[in-house]
Amino acid sequence: MSLEWYLVLSALLFSVGASGVLLRRNPLVILLCLELMLNAGNLALIAFSRSLGNQDGHIFALVVMVVAACEVVIGLGLIVAMFRRRLPLNVDEIRSLQG
Amino acid sequence: MRPVEEVAFFVGASGALGGAVAVIALRNPFYSVLALVVHLVSLAGLFLLLHAEFLAAAQVVVYAGAVMVLYLFVAAYVGNTEEPLWEPIAGQRFLAPLLAGALFIELSVAILGTGLKSLGGDGTTIPAGFGSPEAIGVLLLERFLIAFEATSLLLLIAAVGAMVLAAKKREEAA
Repeated sequence: MSLEWYLVLSALLFSVGASGVLLRRNPLVILLCLELMLNAGNLALIAFSRSLGNQDGHIFALVVMVVAACEVVIGLGLIVAMFRRRLPLNVDEIRSLQG
Repeated sequence: MRPVEEVAFFVGASGALGGAVAVIALRNPFYSVLALVVHLVSLAGLFLLLHAEFLAAAQVVVYAGAVMVLYLFVAAYVGNTEEPLWEPIAGQRFLAPLLAGALFIELSVAILGTGLKSLGGDGTTIPAGFGSPEAIGVLLLERFLIAFEATSLLLLIAAVGAMVLAAKKREEAA
């Protein structure tokens, strides 16, 4: 399989994730769409790694996975905190910062 | 090119794409999480085709296993929140896919226009054990040791931050 196919698939998945971030208003689904975008980046990194015969891209992808896990933990913590304070789970209605 | 690999690529690609579209199309967040599991498992199959065996295993065990269970717990905790049909930005529903399509075209032009010769073929010949846990482990603990330690610090900060965010304050509980 030509490696261009993998890269175009990765671009397509990234665009789907980006349109999800723009379209959806539930913060949980927005986090899921961020996962989609990070995974599209991972696919591109691994395809490039295969094309160059160099495993450094695998380490990059592994670090991206760790960053994604951290993002999930913090994001879900925020969602749980929002739910507990009875704030609406809608990013359009949460638009002011309060100290 | 062996046809088996092409069939496997298209099966994995359609699974990944279908899962991704289902994530943004389904209205119930619980089903969106399940669609993302389909997406991640298909993506792990594609990683296997690219000879990234360790990453494929990590993807299934860590991502589709552990992280998605965390998502499912939170989705079940906050319950099903229907999104209102009211749109704060006029035409957002049409502008967003348009922008995403433009992004896809731009990325494709950037990738295919690079003219990198190695992208056209199946990639260079790779040594035995490429992407195996052993090779990744050696790289991680020798050449990328600082990055490895930095990620462990990041995980620690995230764990402490999550506890601070989600913990019930005393006055709230009372």
